Amino acid sequence: MSRKFTPKIVTANALRDGDVIYLTEDDGWSPDIAKAELIDDEAHAEIRLIFASQQTGEVVGAYLADAVADTNGPKPVHFREVFRSRGPSNYAHGKQTVQQDRA
Amino acid sequence: MYTYNEFDEAFVRSRVAQFRAQVARRLDGSLTEDEFKPLRLMNGVYLQLHAYMLRVAIPYGTLNGGQMRQLAYLAERFDKGYGHFTTRQNIQYNWPKLPDIPDMLDALADVQMHAIQTSGNTIRNVTADHFAGAAADEIEDPRPVAELLRQWSTDHPEFQFLPRKFKIAVTGSPNDRAVTRAHDIGLRMVRNAAGAPGFEVLVGGGLGRTPMIGQVVRDFLPKADLLPYCEAIVSVYNLLGRRDNKYKARVKITVHENGLETIRDLVEQRFAELRPLFSGVDQDQLAAIEAQFAAPAFVSRTTAAFDATYATDPVFRSWADTNLAEHRAAGYAIVSVSLKAHGATPGDATATQMRVLADLAERFGHDELRISHEQNVILPHIHKADLPAVHAALKAEGLATANIGLASDIIACPGMDYCALATARSIPVAQELALRFDELKVEHDIGALKIKISGCINACGHHHVGHIGILGLDRAGVENYQITLGGDGTETAAIGERTGPGFAYDEIVPAVERLIEAYMEIREGADETFLQTYRRLGMAPFKTALYGEQAGGRARAA
Repeated sequence: MSRKFTPKIVTANALRDGDVIYLTEDDGWSPDIAKAELIDDEAHAEIRLIFASQQTGEVVGAYLADAVADTNGPKPVHFREVFRSRGPSNYAHGKQTVQQDRA
Repeated sequence: MYTYNEFDEAFVRSRVAQFRAQVARRLDGSLTEDEFKPLRLMNGVYLQLHAYMLRVAIPYGTLNGGQMRQLAYLAERFDKGYGHFTTRQNIQYNWPKLPDIPDMLDALADVQMHAIQTSGNTIRNVTADHFAGAAADEIEDPRPVAELLRQWSTDHPEFQFLPRKFKIAVTGSPNDRAVTRAHDIGLRMVRNAAGAPGFEVLVGGGLGRTPMIGQVVRDFLPKADLLPYCEAIVSVYNLLGRRDNKYKARVKITVHENGLETIRDLVEQRFAELRPLFSGVDQDQLAAIEAQFAAPAFVSRTTAAFDATYATDPVFRSWADTNLAEHRAAGYAIVSVSLKAHGATPGDATATQMRVLADLAERFGHDELRISHEQNVILPHIHKADLPAVHAALKAEGLATANIGLASDIIACPGMDYCALATARSIPVAQELALRFDELKVEHDIGALKIKISGCINACGHHHVGHIGILGLDRAGVENYQITLGGDGTETAAIGERTGPGFAYDEIVPAVERLIEAYMEIREGADETFLQTYRRLGMAPFKTALYGEQAGGRARAA
């Protein structure tokens, strides 16, 4: 019996500033997880990861992370990915400041 | 303090120039990440959770006002206005951008600082007692020896690709404030029967996944033999240490697997080969370094200003009682400046705070500052007459928290708020614990208590040697915190014992509170510390406090 595939996103850090970024459907990278391509097919996930790993001039350490669909787009499953998508909890630094500006 | 000679200056500058070219080649695509990673790690550059991190060495925790001011400049110019002082007496910047890092390293070189060997499988920043050169209980200032070790280990051709990282700590005092027993090599200054100073040499200590207390490999090593003996230890480790398994690669495992006797024999054999090769140049060098670490010209003057403020100002009195330590010179005190204001991030200092500390060091403190492994800043030489002014200036910048050595003086690693290796957060646990102690106004009543928090088993937060240790783990996708009790990082070092099952994020603060309530009830008077109570009664009453009567009863029966 095949196990159910948990949907994935491809994430990495940007080479220049180290910021957490996500692979989008149009082969670009976004700092916003909600803009990420949510992949629900295992084989496609592998293909997208290989594509991401080839962008060595732009990104570092691409990997697949679990995600689920939310109203605005994908959101993280594991708490580590929640922190990566938001920023640290001791200061209003990182992505959460941008998210506040947008809100 | 040590001042760079032409060789040091040229070496550091050439490394910056090399790294600048390496960064340029990475950014233009000439280097892949696999090729670049070891190069950036050699220069203290990590890629963490949200950004790059630059780890800057503060050799043996000593710096002057100008250097502290430059650290403030880096924080403002290239980061978000603050820096994080670590348990290895380093400072970390959490938000630098890769193209800026060569400029940061050049700015560091301007004040004789660098980030070399703050990462990688090399001999790391040599740490020392943060009261070095000032402590009343000191045999000799350990910093000249630490500087000699720094020079010897920096770019040492034999030791650039060790099986794993290698950490050396040195103390000149019988009271061990440098956690020497939890280092790959620990050096404790002692005197032999003739009264000559030398070292008790410990090997194979370490925390992390497999915590071990260092063992004595040599009871007494004459000072003049230090470099050949350390070289013998690292050389034996370099050949014998395991490279097949990262988790078994530290020297503590090498010592454990081969036995102390075998290691000692091999080290002594190697030492016999190496000793004749040291012609004495190292001792000439040491003598020159020692001259640079000559004690400041202490003066004799009245302490009336201190006495008057102490008698009339209860806030000053509380701070003086808690944050001052005995100085070797009459009329002077060692000031520990707490970077643990209740609710603040342990070890963080803003650029403004760094500048205030630099000013105070220059105006009142013979231009000396120290960073402690407990993530505080030390003003080692303050005359008591100047303490009211120093206290007022610290207070104005939120730096006068009177909690050194108390429950809220918590060590916490960056944890999952920053670190790519972390399995759970540390900082908010420390913040909430400190706020809770402050709310209850109990910490002065609790007395000496060391709480140490790590966000993963690598134990940067030294949780194994905390009286109360907290280890954050990922249990099935949820943060979970294990508690250990009875750890001790001093000359009576011990590894803490696990209490039992861990606690969820929102349960850990109440759990620690229950431990402390239990201690307050069962201690034999206010003079018995938490650690003493634990050593007297063992785990049982604390298990009861954490898990209920049944668990405590089982612990007693066991």
